[in-house]
Amino acid sequence: MCCCKQMSEAAAAKFAELDAFIATLNVDPADERRRGRLIQVLHKAQAIFGYLPREVQQHVAKKLYLTEAQVSGVVSFYNYFHTEPKGKYCIDICLGTACYVKGAEKVMSEVERVLGVKADTHPTEDGLFSISGLRCVGACGLAPVMMVNGKVYGKVTPAKAVEIVNEYKKQG
Amino acid sequence: MSTVNLTINGKAVTVPANYTILQAARQLNINIPTLCYCAHLGNGECNKPASCRVCVVEVEKRRNLAPACATPVAEGMVVHTNSLRALRARRTVVELMLSDHPKNCLTCPKNTDCELQKLAVEFGITDIEYQGEINFFQPDQSSGAIMRDLSKCVMCRRCENVCSKVQTVGALTGYGRGFKAKVGTASMIPLADTSCTFCGQCVNVCPVGAITGISYVKKVWAAINDPTKTVIVQTAPAVRVAVGQEFGFAPGVPVTGKLVAGLRALGFDKVFDTNFSADLTIMEEGNEIVERIKEGKNLPILTSCCPGWINFIEHNYPDLLNIPSSCKSPQQMFGAIAKSYYAEKIGVKPEDLIVVSIMPCQAKKYEAARPEFAPNGVRDVDFVVTTRELCKMFKEAGINLANMDDEEYDNPLGKSAGAADIFGVTGGVLEAACRSVYFMLNGKNLEGDAINFRAVRGLDGIKEAKVEIAPGKTINVAVCSGLGNARKVLDMVRADRNRFQAIEIMACPGGCINGGGQPFLHGDAELLEKRMKGLYTEDERKVMRCSHENPDIQALYKEFLGKPGSEKAHHLLHTEYHSK
Repeated sequence: MCCCKQMSEAAAAKFAELDAFIATLNVDPADERRRGRLIQVLHKAQAIFGYLPREVQQHVAKKLYLTEAQVSGVVSFYNYFHTEPKGKYCIDICLGTACYVKGAEKVMSEVERVLGVKADTHPTEDGLFSISGLRCVGACGLAPVMMVNGKVYGKVTPAKAVEIVNEYKKQG
Repeated sequence: MSTVNLTINGKAVTVPANYTILQAARQLNINIPTLCYCAHLGNGECNKPASCRVCVVEVEKRRNLAPACATPVAEGMVVHTNSLRALRARRTVVELMLSDHPKNCLTCPKNTDCELQKLAVEFGITDIEYQGEINFFQPDQSSGAIMRDLSKCVMCRRCENVCSKVQTVGALTGYGRGFKAKVGTASMIPLADTSCTFCGQCVNVCPVGAITGISYVKKVWAAINDPTKTVIVQTAPAVRVAVGQEFGFAPGVPVTGKLVAGLRALGFDKVFDTNFSADLTIMEEGNEIVERIKEGKNLPILTSCCPGWINFIEHNYPDLLNIPSSCKSPQQMFGAIAKSYYAEKIGVKPEDLIVVSIMPCQAKKYEAARPEFAPNGVRDVDFVVTTRELCKMFKEAGINLANMDDEEYDNPLGKSAGAADIFGVTGGVLEAACRSVYFMLNGKNLEGDAINFRAVRGLDGIKEAKVEIAPGKTINVAVCSGLGNARKVLDMVRADRNRFQAIEIMACPGGCINGGGQPFLHGDAELLEKRMKGLYTEDERKVMRCSHENPDIQALYKEFLGKPGSEKAHHLLHTEYHSK
């Protein structure tokens, strides 16, 4: 199991869920191709845990017979993977070319200002929001685009973005 | 093997079909500059990620420039290595690299030994057009042995590949992406917290100053010049066949006498030899081998001289920690004897006796700092200086070994048998042990050529042999060097405990002659052959070939230790291992 000495029941259940998934892959320690399973497993792990802290990376490394460094290298390479927990509401602001030209940067700085946290760092103190910048979501016609937990908002302005944030804040 | 014909810079050449453009060019003595490429990482492993693009050449009928290190030759290929397009591209590549590289070369430990600096000189780069952001990373000195200064990393991946492919340690990885990408540890944790063994092979292959040894030279100078301290020095076997390289001697030529003279000129009060404690190691380890074979207990016995290898087993094979010999390494045995037997003899308190070791190794720095080797808080070995660092000390003091007359080691910790010299090369420790084990079991020495155990010699990564330890009695032995090979052998041991009775393991491919503190090979594996030959020459030069014949070792047992394996010997010369 993982390296935490006193694992909460909730965490144990999460590790068990991940292990059950890995078990379906029939990983063979002698097969070089097991490395090809890594991204798939990390996807699952992030879906379960919400993020990929070091303990989860170590656990995945052990289960796939890889070194921790190999896992960490892949996690650090892809923007999709994150090693810090996210807020309840993940705000993604597209910084792709079209959105950028249409003023996404202003939207970003306004959201950062209102929530008091920087993009791609840590969530707000109340744990409600975290902000990330991302590249094109394939909705350039709606530029600039902002997403909250996967829901897409098009043609946002800084003011409109604050309205959206406030709506979620009300829901708590 | 099939061959292909191609033309490089107008010259026709025929080469094996599996050659790269770079290999074909070298056959024609055409030099194509390289940076990330490294012909020899160890164990036949070659580094060619084709990531730096310094070796790009123009190939007719090909749209883009081709990296010579990774592009296979083809029939009828026409290559221009110095077309204007290739030259410009190369220069741009190096200028861009330099634009994100600290330009403090004068104070860099790799100054004048840096491959990027050399390229900048060769390309005549006098100013860098590109100005922009520069990466900064805090240097990592956590291990006390190896320093990583990632601001200087050029992402050649040599360190990562030697660590994961040759050594199978896997402490390093490409980390992050784009401009900020560097070769780092998992989650960028300090090196001391990883499974790094501090073997220093990454230090040996780093083309720039991103990975270097942590130097204690300043502290050594201070100690030498402190009138309240008696400062003695010990020299590891592999140092004597490598140090000459920096002073114009042919590679591999032993310069033992000049090394001694140089150290005395630096101001050390006594110049002693780790070879002496190598002989002592053989007495203790030989005794342990004889006992374990008699009892058939905890076999196979594994040698324990190499601190990189000991770190490796502590990290990776906690279930096998009862089988390495309990003997301390020769470095630590020397320290322990110096601070007890010798300190007593000359009437100096252990804390006023400073022991400096000259080692081919980075892991020795870590080993010397282990808390178990500092009884009452006084370290047995105070400072470790690598061969490379010693060369710098000599140069700083204006000492040129080429101008020194040979001198002899001091007594009583300076005399050694030929068996001790070969500790510096893979197979040597086991051979030295076998010579004395034979004597211990039979009461007489091996005669004539039988003293040379040729089956365990040579630079092959894994050697298996049967050796005769008594008339009609043989044991199965294995010798391996390089931690990747150690892993293979340890897996064999896990699978079948009876396959071998004794195994020698060295962390660095080829043994200490290729240690992480030795003068750089710069990809030339032939230097190792020459250093190996140098050590066997030293061995054969001596009348006294076996450790148990050393009169000073005999005196040490008579006056102080009693007999091999005695309680006092155990207390001073043996240790235990811990799972990490």
